[in-house]
Amino acid sequence: MTVPVSITVNGQRYDREVEPRLLLVHFLREVIGSTGTKVGCDTSQCGACTVLLDGISLKSCTALAVQADGAEVTTIEGLAAGEALHPLQDAFWEKHGLQCGFCTPGMIMASHELLRVTPDPSDAQIRHGLEGNLCRCTGYQNIVRAVRQAAGTTAGQR
Amino acid sequence: MSTRIFGSGIRRREDPRLITGSATYTDDLTLPRMAHAAMLRSPHAHARITSIDTSRAAAAPGVVAAYTHADTEGAVAPAPCAWHLPDSDLKMADYHCLAKDVVRYVGDIVAVVVAESRYAAEDALELVDVGYEPLPAVIDPEAAAAEGAPQLHDEIAGNQAFHWQVAGGDVDAAFAEAEVVVSDRIIQQRLIPNAMEPRAALASYTRATGELTVWNTTQNPHIVRFLTSLVLGLSEDKIRVIAPEVGGGFGSKIAAYPADFVTMFCSRKLGRPVKWTETRTENYQATTHGRDHVQQVELAAKKDGTVLGLRCTVHAGMGAYLSTAAPGIPTILHGLMLSGVYTMPAVREDVYGIYTNGTPVEAYRGAGRPEATFMLERMMDVLAARLDMDPADVRRKNLIPRFEDGHDVVTSLTYDSGDYPAALDKVLSHADYAGLRARQKAGPANGAYLGLGLATYVEICGLGPSQVAGAIGFQGGLWESAIVRFHPSGKVHVFIGASPHGQGEETTFAQIVGSELGVDPQDVKVFHGDTDNTPMGWGTYGSRTTAVGGAALALTARKIRDKAKVIAAHLLEAAVEDMEYEDGKFFVKGAPDQHKTIGDIALMANVAWNMPKGVEAGLEASTFYDPPNFTFPFGAHLAVVEVDAETGAVTLKRYVALDDCGPQINPVIVEGQVHGGVVQGVGQALWEEAVYDEGGQLVTGSMLDYALPRADLLPDIEVLSTVTPSPHHPLGVKGIGEAGTIASTAAVYNAVLDALRPLGVSSVRMPLTPERVWQAIRDAKKSAP
Ligand code: FES
Ligand code: FES
Repeated sequence: MTVPVSITVNGQRYDREVEPRLLLVHFLREVIGSTGTKVGCDTSQCGACTVLLDGISLKSCTALAVQADGAEVTTIEGLAAGEALHPLQDAFWEKHGLQCGFCTPGMIMASHELLRVTPDPSDAQIRHGLEGNLCRCTGYQNIVRAVRQAAGTTAGQR
Repeated sequence: MSTRIFGSGIRRREDPRLITGSATYTDDLTLPRMAHAAMLRSPHAHARITSIDTSRAAAAPGVVAAYTHADTEGAVAPAPCAWHLPDSDLKMADYHCLAKDVVRYVGDIVAVVVAESRYAAEDALELVDVGYEPLPAVIDPEAAAAEGAPQLHDEIAGNQAFHWQVAGGDVDAAFAEAEVVVSDRIIQQRLIPNAMEPRAALASYTRATGELTVWNTTQNPHIVRFLTSLVLGLSEDKIRVIAPEVGGGFGSKIAAYPADFVTMFCSRKLGRPVKWTETRTENYQATTHGRDHVQQVELAAKKDGTVLGLRCTVHAGMGAYLSTAAPGIPTILHGLMLSGVYTMPAVREDVYGIYTNGTPVEAYRGAGRPEATFMLERMMDVLAARLDMDPADVRRKNLIPRFEDGHDVVTSLTYDSGDYPAALDKVLSHADYAGLRARQKAGPANGAYLGLGLATYVEICGLGPSQVAGAIGFQGGLWESAIVRFHPSGKVHVFIGASPHGQGEETTFAQIVGSELGVDPQDVKVFHGDTDNTPMGWGTYGSRTTAVGGAALALTARKIRDKAKVIAAHLLEAAVEDMEYEDGKFFVKGAPDQHKTIGDIALMANVAWNMPKGVEAGLEASTFYDPPNFTFPFGAHLAVVEVDAETGAVTLKRYVALDDCGPQINPVIVEGQVHGGVVQGVGQALWEEAVYDEGGQLVTGSMLDYALPRADLLPDIEVLSTVTPSPHHPLGVKGIGEAGTIASTAAVYNAVLDALRPLGVSSVRMPLTPERVWQAIRDAKKSAP
């Protein structure tokens, strides 16, 4: 059995027939081939799959595609404005906030949410705000630096 | 220019694709006609398979095929172990890719289902009917070695995979003359590496040509290619292994895994591409684990703190089968480092590698060295406590003095260079150690006990030379390779045999070429991780990529420079002997204005209109570099903790890491490696443990139950360095990938125990969870006179 969904991803609308049990993250990765969003676990712990659903962050392995019917999803691929990186992307690059890069899409999207809610966070607030996203490479320190730098620019505005 | 490029913290060249979601990891790939595989794994730690029937699964909607061991008989050999430890009575049990008759750990593969979608494949796993007769299981390596323990492999008595010994000096005499002997029993708990990217393989076999292409989450694609040729009986030239973007490894992506071979088998059998990606649950069950030592250790010393000898017995849990490199980890990489940074006259260690009903144990960041460093550093603190000396003073008393070109130690290694006292002193003064001790003396504030923990370490990196590899039973070489190719426009392609997966060598290697030849690192593209278009190499582990591969690359760049000099001399109508080179320019001595740039030379060499006699066209060179010795990075770390005596909670207040990896090509990347490494080691000290229950079920089977370091639990790490070049490396560099992990577990543990000392606690089992610490405080109170 399949059901129709209409989901807008990074500004592009997709009308598809999907199984009701299909996870949003699998809709993104497998149905429309948008593989920037990652899957790192099966218990909603790692945050690698974080996207924005109507502007608010969501671990896309915790939602069904049908729950996003009619909604707008923003993934890491939709963050830059054309060639121009989003300030968060630029800050992660500048501050060496990534190594293997696997947690990075989710980490950047979670940071986006953090800055939306707390535009000028302290280091402690950043660390607290990112506790739901795991990174095994960086030890988090440069991620904190990156978010702090991005907070000083225009992050969270877009 | 050269000085600016080497040592500059430029942004990483690999990042633009990673921060925009345009990088391609194995699971991101989809091929036409691709099917999906799912593995049915044993729910039992030890059981006999009494029956197995895949017919219902095979008939399920969307299912293409289902296979068990019987289907692979003759087509898939057991997954090989490639470290044949000599003089150890090594007994290698067959690691069948699909279990044959008996399963030996939770996660052993019993059957595979291939379907049109991943959901369909996973659904059908439930339809495979397997009958099991459970057998008794054993997880603890000491218990598994004991009389009467459940036996894993019929032909291997006492579950003993090997017994290995390292000995140097007269250890019995050392203990006979000792004025003090301290001892401890240390549990190096089992850890789960947790690379954020789950493992995956996409295999595509073309029947018409007999060629197999495999995209694999591996740290060493050339090794996987070679082992695949053995396991599947394919000719090596028809196998192409590609490590695309790889999301961390930490040792867990070294092994050539049964699931990967099974996926390749499915593709070959079906003549279509098959992809398999593990779930995190599978990753916990079946991707290799780390550590798992039970160590009984004794240290002999004089009353003034002078160390005389170390003696220990280690039971190392190997899991149910020997993984690819497993036997070398608790032995060569552990035992040879036992004397550490100290003048140690005698050591003896017996290591028993023991089969248990756990997931196979492999290299995990640091691989053997953290277990050695911890043992030694813990004993130094125990000794200090016994003698009522400051731990820093005991260390200082025994540190090997500064040396620049070789120092022989009792385990038969020759360290390359080191200045251990300087490292320790710098850390102590940076942290205001004396001030911290004074604060500690003032007593606990609001029930919070202050603790200081030191770890001074040396580690072994840059695994090589190959002659040693052969002598220690490693079934491969340990050299590295590089090709440098200049294009007519002066842009450069570099091809390396190593296979970085997050460490940033696309940047640091571009910096090496940039600084050697005066080109902009932005114009240097580094290719790696594809056996069809990179030269042979042995992989990225043991912090060897820059230590060995970086040397290969530097020497290659110098060959290019030599050739360019000849061409430049020809173009400037001068003698080669009169040519000078500086920052990418070739000129006649004393006349730098009249010069040819490396770009000019690259153009001429490629068009070859006017070449010197006898000089080939093109500007390209390659090197296969076999290092003369290992490299030995070192450092000193200090952890400062507070322990709440009421709750047992530990707070890491400060962490100072000094690491000397020789000259730093890119200090920002070095610092990143230190951060990540330290945090992984802190994780072992405070939070992480793979726990099995009595029956061999993995209790910490998901990220919910296995406590990984999180951002909110950590302070900023204070990163320091000293620079002591390696005398035998063309760039002097030593390696930094594992240093943080090697030192930090011991530093944090020592700090917590230092805090607990006034409370009468002298040993707590890791990880130091609040519950364990609280219990230890309580027990100490009870037993206090
Ligand atoms: S994949 Fe969604 S939280 Fe891990
Ligand atoms: S950069 Fe590798 S997991 Fe975060």
